[in-house]
Amino acid sequence: MSSIVLVGMNHRTAPVEVREQLAVGCRNQVDPLQLLPRLDHVDELYYLSTCNRVEFLFTSRCKKEAVEEVACVLNEYLGKPGKSSLESFVYVHEGLAAVSHIFRVASSLDSMVVGEPQILGQIKAAYREATERRTVGVILNRLLHKTFSVAKRVRSETSIGSHAVSISYAAVELARKIFGTLEDKRVLLIGAGEMVELAAEHFLSHGVGHMTVANRTLERAVELARQFKADTIAFEHIPDVLKSVDIVLSSTGSPEPIVHYQEVKSRMRERRNRPIFFIDIAVPRDIDPRINEIENVYLYDIDDLQGVVDINRDQRQKEAEKAEHIVAEEALKFGIWLQTLDVVPTIVALRNKAEGIRCGELQKTFSQLPHLTQKDRESIELLTQSIVKKLLHDPIVFLKKKSARESRQTFSDFTQQLFNLEDGTGVCGSNLTEGRTDVKNAK
Amino acid sequence: MESVFLVVATLSYCMGTVGYVIYLYRDWVQVHWASWGILLAGALFHGAAIAVRSMDKEHLAVTSSAEGLSFFALVLVVTYLLVQVRLQLRILGSFVSPLAVIFMLASSLLPPDIIPKSGVFQSGWVVLHVSTLFLANALFALAFSAGVMYLLQERQIKHKSFGKLYNRLPSLDRLDAINYYCLLIGFPLMTVGLLVGFTYAGNVWRSPWNWDPKEIFAVITWVIYAVLLHERLTVGWRGRRAAWMAIVGFSAVLVTFLGVNLVLKGHHTVFVR
Repeated sequence: MSSIVLVGMNHRTAPVEVREQLAVGCRNQVDPLQLLPRLDHVDELYYLSTCNRVEFLFTSRCKKEAVEEVACVLNEYLGKPGKSSLESFVYVHEGLAAVSHIFRVASSLDSMVVGEPQILGQIKAAYREATERRTVGVILNRLLHKTFSVAKRVRSETSIGSHAVSISYAAVELARKIFGTLEDKRVLLIGAGEMVELAAEHFLSHGVGHMTVANRTLERAVELARQFKADTIAFEHIPDVLKSVDIVLSSTGSPEPIVHYQEVKSRMRERRNRPIFFIDIAVPRDIDPRINEIENVYLYDIDDLQGVVDINRDQRQKEAEKAEHIVAEEALKFGIWLQTLDVVPTIVALRNKAEGIRCGELQKTFSQLPHLTQKDRESIELLTQSIVKKLLHDPIVFLKKKSARESRQTFSDFTQQLFNLEDGTGVCGSNLTEGRTDVKNAK
Repeated sequence: MESVFLVVATLSYCMGTVGYVIYLYRDWVQVHWASWGILLAGALFHGAAIAVRSMDKEHLAVTSSAEGLSFFALVLVVTYLLVQVRLQLRILGSFVSPLAVIFMLASSLLPPDIIPKSGVFQSGWVVLHVSTLFLANALFALAFSAGVMYLLQERQIKHKSFGKLYNRLPSLDRLDAINYYCLLIGFPLMTVGLLVGFTYAGNVWRSPWNWDPKEIFAVITWVIYAVLLHERLTVGWRGRRAAWMAIVGFSAVLVTFLGVNLVLKGHHTVFVR
């Protein structure tokens, strides 16, 4: 029978140079999906490549040969670094292990940052590619659709993705707990370093209304301002804008504090007590720590944010355990569906045989009765169809019912003998199953 | 019949509260809607009970502390149910529904004083006076709940120690806005309610102001809310201070409403014991 196999490497099994080389090779030389006709033992193929992983997911009736073929392709892309070196980097999963692996990947349990949301989008994009090139058939189609729903279930039933695990994202989350929406909020960036830039990007993607940059060197400030469509102000004017901004993000190399207690305190009345959120990611700190004592003023320094991130990371770990349980459960369910496929060839053969007989007999009858009108012919055609359908209904239902049992092979053999069906199951190279478009011949 | 309805209503409120306490810790939307539905059912039974009693007495049944509390619990639950539909702030139920249960239980513990029928109660003025004031008080109770939520959430953000509720509670801005809107609608209602009361008192007792303890405390409560609203509008009081004021204000409401009825005797208690 056809089984599911997964060959891949990720950030844990292969160093970045190897993954890089593979990803570049796949992109520049030949798309691996185009190689499908060359892989004799691979039936359906799905290929995923991200910066942290490369995965080949395929079905095959002869696992061993297929794995070797795929390994050959990998070697080729890697510029033939020798077979031994490759084998230490890849993992091979078969059957249910392959199914749960792809579920885990999609649910972001296998990611470098557990719970990061991008991976599902990448898997979807790769699947779109595979469907456009028609390299996936019944089994992988079903598996990938199931993968999407498992990932969705993990998202909704656990809070694996809901805790920020980066400093800048943690700052955005806090801002949202203070202000609700960030849409009409004004952000002041003090300093123009990399950290500020990163955090500013996060705030921008959460829709803050307006940004202002203050930096000692004007060139850099202007550069950053252009990038974020922001205004620039002189360093000395920072106290003045404190009455209108809502979020202040500071990261300068200054050894002295830049924002002082009194400057903030004296502007709160002018602000009509609207809350103001200071994020100080500089060491030494830019903002006087005492301003956290002022009412409606919130100050987080780098250690505070790191503390939030640490708590969240622990939380994610706990949620990941719940997610593993969901994945195991869904993989089992998928395994049951996979088993039912075993009886499908017999059912198809049975239908084909009946249909063959019906068409042959109908032909004979029609040629003997030339006076029949078109309408008569249609009625007779319909009649034969429903006779065949009703006759086959019970045996097919019976086979489907037995398909989840261990004894299914006995029942399919018996059916084949009883109806004298010609069908090849489990033999390398033969064609199978209803509806499973033979992806290679279709091309 | 009436007491059966009351018992069913109380039990429904208790069940709804249990549901909402669960919802406080677990983000299960179904639990929220079930609790909302149970509270609605409770309110229907409760309304029926009060209607039966009022029909029997031929005036609105709010003339004893027990009746008043019970009626207030109903107004509170109905206000919450409506506000919930409008605001979609589900966690609010976890803070409001326990209040309803406390008022219901307190109402059943208080002695059901029998007051002779009197023509004084059979007036549209009384209905207007009571309904505007109770509605205002219900909104103040919501403001109180939002204030408590605000203080809980603000403490976690300010002290950088995040408990279980951090993720469940909404943003500070939202809680402050709820506090504000409840005040903005509640305060005019309260003002109208008091004016109607004084006018009617002027009709029945010849003088609108009788130095009655209830009147004095009502005015004190009104002043507290007036100060809060004034400061909010002029200098932009908000956040913690406004949340505390909402809590103080609602405490004053309770003192006016219960403390005076139960402890101090006065002119008003001639017919509200």
